[in-house]
Amino acid sequence: MSSSPSQSFVEIDNVDFAYGKRAILEGISLSVPRGKVVAIMGGSGCGKTTLLRLIGGQLAPSKGTVRVDGQNIASLDREGMYAMRRKMGMLFQFGALFTDMSVFDNIAFQLREHTTLPEDMIRDLVLMKLNAVGLRGTARLFPAELSGGMARRVALARAVALDPMLIMYDEPFAGLDPISLSVVGQTIRKLNNALGATSIVVTHDIVESMQIVDYLYFVSDGRIVGHGTPDEIRSSQEPFVKQFVHAELDGPVPFHYPAGDYVEQLGLGQPVASRPRA
Amino acid sequence: MIGAIRNLGTRGINGLWRAGAMARFFILILTHSGTSFRRFQLTIREVYFAGVMSLVIIMVSGLFIGMVLGLQGFETLQKYGAEETMGVLVALSLVRELGPVVTALLFASRAGSAMTAEIGLMKATEQLKAMDMMAIDPMARVVAPRFWAGVISMPLLAALFSAMGIFGGYIVAILLVGVDSGVFWSNMHAAVDFRYDVLNGFVKSVAFGVAISIIATFEGFDADPTAEGVARATTRTVVTSALTVLLLDLILTGFMLRGD
Repeated sequence: MSSSPSQSFVEIDNVDFAYGKRAILEGISLSVPRGKVVAIMGGSGCGKTTLLRLIGGQLAPSKGTVRVDGQNIASLDREGMYAMRRKMGMLFQFGALFTDMSVFDNIAFQLREHTTLPEDMIRDLVLMKLNAVGLRGTARLFPAELSGGMARRVALARAVALDPMLIMYDEPFAGLDPISLSVVGQTIRKLNNALGATSIVVTHDIVESMQIVDYLYFVSDGRIVGHGTPDEIRSSQEPFVKQFVHAELDGPVPFHYPAGDYVEQLGLGQPVASRPRA
Repeated sequence: MIGAIRNLGTRGINGLWRAGAMARFFILILTHSGTSFRRFQLTIREVYFAGVMSLVIIMVSGLFIGMVLGLQGFETLQKYGAEETMGVLVALSLVRELGPVVTALLFASRAGSAMTAEIGLMKATEQLKAMDMMAIDPMARVVAPRFWAGVISMPLLAALFSAMGIFGGYIVAILLVGVDSGVFWSNMHAAVDFRYDVLNGFVKSVAFGVAISIIATFEGFDADPTAEGVARATTRTVVTSALTVLLLDLILTGFMLRGD
């Protein structure tokens, strides 16, 4: 994707990251243009969520730079980081709603912590956010009283409580029924357009993502293995992207976990008594 | 044999490491305590959960222990015709030792374990990470108010425990044994010293409150973010708190004895 730095809200340049000696990301470069919805896709454990944490400053890269709104995240001190995070909203995989607070208080939380707005104005803002996700009627409920899909939408309303410039979604579609999935997907798109924000969706749900995002990156084994618009991705011949998009059983991601020779392990051709035990 | 020595060494190093981590955690709590006092309602809310919700167990236990002290005391004192000093026995036992120590053990089981479980579950369900991503420091918003709530609640609960215990002793002495009420109170008043008994008991209960609150919040914050991890952390809180309270009590009592 060609975009000048001024057009990009997030720029990741040649980033490496490892947990101890275990390399998670290697030489990752990508950019997220302002106002767009970009998906980062890949199988479980490929480093997608780590990428979000690097952008949010919860992790620091071992090499390379992560720039958000022109600022190098690794160079920020604690205060600078918190100032930057006020421009960000994040939807966690399972919502991460505060279980000891009502839906209303969950969304009002940041407004009360970061602003000096009067309580009646906070009330109006919270109801507007809840209305945007279609859950104004749940304001007095507690997270434990919500279904998975509803909790995700409340978390979405909370993520945009302060009208962030960047919204990050970590697996927003995981574990949702088709209706909730579609509602969450459409809400992500509408909120991004309404707020004029930039969104990054980390997911492995190819069908829903293709409908709502402007651009997709594919991550496998800690590297970017393909990228393009939804139309480009549909016609891509890159083996991993092809396997992922068409849900093929075998390909660059093998069906079998590495193991020894099957015939040998079963001991076929040997007398039963001398066959190896599993 | 070598395996056992190695195991002992590993446990020792781990224990030292955890003690060091806990000390650093304590410093972090102190440096993040501004919010707990600027927005005191946050701390008051936690005092409600740690202190007020522990009232029933503390008061009932205090009453029973005071009554038992009265009964046991009477058994021994009457042999020497000294049953009038029952009030002194009950009050000194409670104010100096049993009040702070038993309250601390009950507080660790009731409130300390709840603190650990709550913080641990917040960690396991990514609530702490979410808060951090919202540019709100969990140390200042979650940990420090709970720590100060524990420190504030412990001496208040210990005082209440001792008061209920003395009341229990009074019931036994006056209603069951027949000691004169005036003698009971005047002997107690004459024997209990504010500086050496009441104040020392208060200092102990504050020290226990600090120890339990550090352990409970640290274990929650340090818990593995799984159901098993939180369960282990909760158990560690109760066990470590109980041992720490008893060791601290020994050390503090050693320092506080007048030797006369």
